[in-house]
Amino acid sequence: MPDFKTTVPIDKVGVEERVARLNTRSIKKESKLFAMRLAMRMIDLTTLEGMDTPGKVRQLCNKAMYPYQGTHNIPRVAAVCVYPPFVKIAKQALGNSGIHVASVATAFPSGHALRKDKVAEVRFCVENGSDEIDMVISRGEFLKGNYQFIFDEVAEIKEACGHAHLKVILETGELQTLENVRKASDIAMQAGADFIKTSTGKVSPAATQPVTLVMLEAIRDFYLQTGRKIGMKPAGGIKDTKTAIKYLVMVHETLGSDWLNPDLFRFGASSLANDLIMQIVKQETGVYQSGDYFSKD
Amino acid sequence: MSEIMPNRIPVLKTYKLYIGGKFERSESGRYIPYLDKSGHQVANICLASRKDFRNAVVAARNAFGGWSGKTAYNRSQILYRMAEMMEGRSAQFIEEMVLEGSGKKEATLQVQTAVDRLVYFAGWCDKYHQVFGGVNPVASAHFNFSVPEPIGVVAVLPAERQTLAGLITAIAPVIASGNTCVVLASQLAPLSSLTFTEIVATSDVPGGVVNVLTGTLEELLEQFSTHMDVNAIACHGTNPETIRTIQQNAALNVRRVKIYTDAAIADSKCENPYRITDFTEIKTTWHPVGD
Repeated sequence: MPDFKTTVPIDKVGVEERVARLNTRSIKKESKLFAMRLAMRMIDLTTLEGMDTPGKVRQLCNKAMYPYQGTHNIPRVAAVCVYPPFVKIAKQALGNSGIHVASVATAFPSGHALRKDKVAEVRFCVENGSDEIDMVISRGEFLKGNYQFIFDEVAEIKEACGHAHLKVILETGELQTLENVRKASDIAMQAGADFIKTSTGKVSPAATQPVTLVMLEAIRDFYLQTGRKIGMKPAGGIKDTKTAIKYLVMVHETLGSDWLNPDLFRFGASSLANDLIMQIVKQETGVYQSGDYFSKD
Repeated sequence: MSEIMPNRIPVLKTYKLYIGGKFERSESGRYIPYLDKSGHQVANICLASRKDFRNAVVAARNAFGGWSGKTAYNRSQILYRMAEMMEGRSAQFIEEMVLEGSGKKEATLQVQTAVDRLVYFAGWCDKYHQVFGGVNPVASAHFNFSVPEPIGVVAVLPAERQTLAGLITAIAPVIASGNTCVVLASQLAPLSSLTFTEIVATSDVPGGVVNVLTGTLEELLEQFSTHMDVNAIACHGTNPETIRTIQQNAALNVRRVKIYTDAAIADSKCENPYRITDFTEIKTTWHPVGD
């Protein structure tokens, strides 16, 4: 167990330069089509609104299973991500399609709740059939320097998850520095996270490329030390195909092709799926597409 | 001026594309020299790519809600403002059209026609609804009425030879009702069309309502005529090949095609409110009423 009081220094300018350099990669033709289909398979199709209803969730599940009624053979997404009350509905709607149900839990998005309530919420989700749990860390405690609190929190939630996969949301938009992002990543991975995730999508900035690169490097170092492969999920603000492909380039360059698979990399997104479908159809037909011909939700 | 500063080097204007309210170079970085009729290079013109066209359509789509949501009266004011600005800069337009090969008299007529035509369509902005919409008699307890609404994003190919007046003739009726447009400026004479974008930029026209590209029709026609997010296409010209391509590709999303073959732009049939309804859809509403 590393000493979390010590800080792994991050070269902020270096990280930004590296990101800028990777963004100049040109991905064309077959590679682009491959990347777009892969990105589609990596999506956690998400609805996390106060106004969500069972109908909206069922609609989203339908979209997950049948993304486009055409001849273009668009792959399905990896999972549907909802609030705890909708887990059962999503599970029923998805049936045996193989698409996972992910649920946010632990007083998402703020994380301000008693530990026992958070654990109970996670148990509720798992009992209702959740395959994946997206928890938030207590950023207040983290920023106070109470790292042990975060470690215990993640470890306890992991235990409550049972067979469900645990994604730990760091909410990097509130962590202030890249050093803190790295530290939170290390704590989460040591405490048993299966995935680390950038953001709730409720705080701006959400996922950014520099933050993602720092987290990917933390995953790489953790893998080199322990041999365990931890997944990565940037979430929030990744709306178009171009941006998604930039993230895939970063993953491939930092972690290698093992991570180019939905078991180890996900996009938390809602509108990205539509843009990917439109761009895939564009690549295959040669004709620029219109949002009028694709379902909005 | 040369007597005042004899050694001064004149500053030449960089003509750029106009996309989403910004003056941009082509994303492709390509440009071509524009020569006057005696073969002297007078400017460099951007050679727009299909990605520039795509960006322009995205800008036009984003601008549609705001522009069509303005009151008709306000759109009228803005079109009138464009006419005012154009009148004030007529000397520059005439100079450019002379560079493009027009005679001075012809150029003056072009500017005057363009300004007058803008005023004409400015006037129609808040009036064509009354003429083309109305209350319909129905045999049930309903109040039934029809109103024309803008169709969306319109791709515009103005007349090649009637530059400034041709441009206004092509776009004024399109934007009057609240449509937004992407225009491929005349290849033969693009200077005055590009200077017109400066009028657009300074007349309270929101960015993205009018987008102007320069480039070759051979390269861009495919995208102009196939893009699924273009709701209608206006073609002012008689080239049978071009017309056939446009009509065939329109089948993709059954978009509306309007072909105009006016011999002379000064022709009074260009000033006609049906030109506005060429790019509107009729919406009919059934509203239940008591007896």
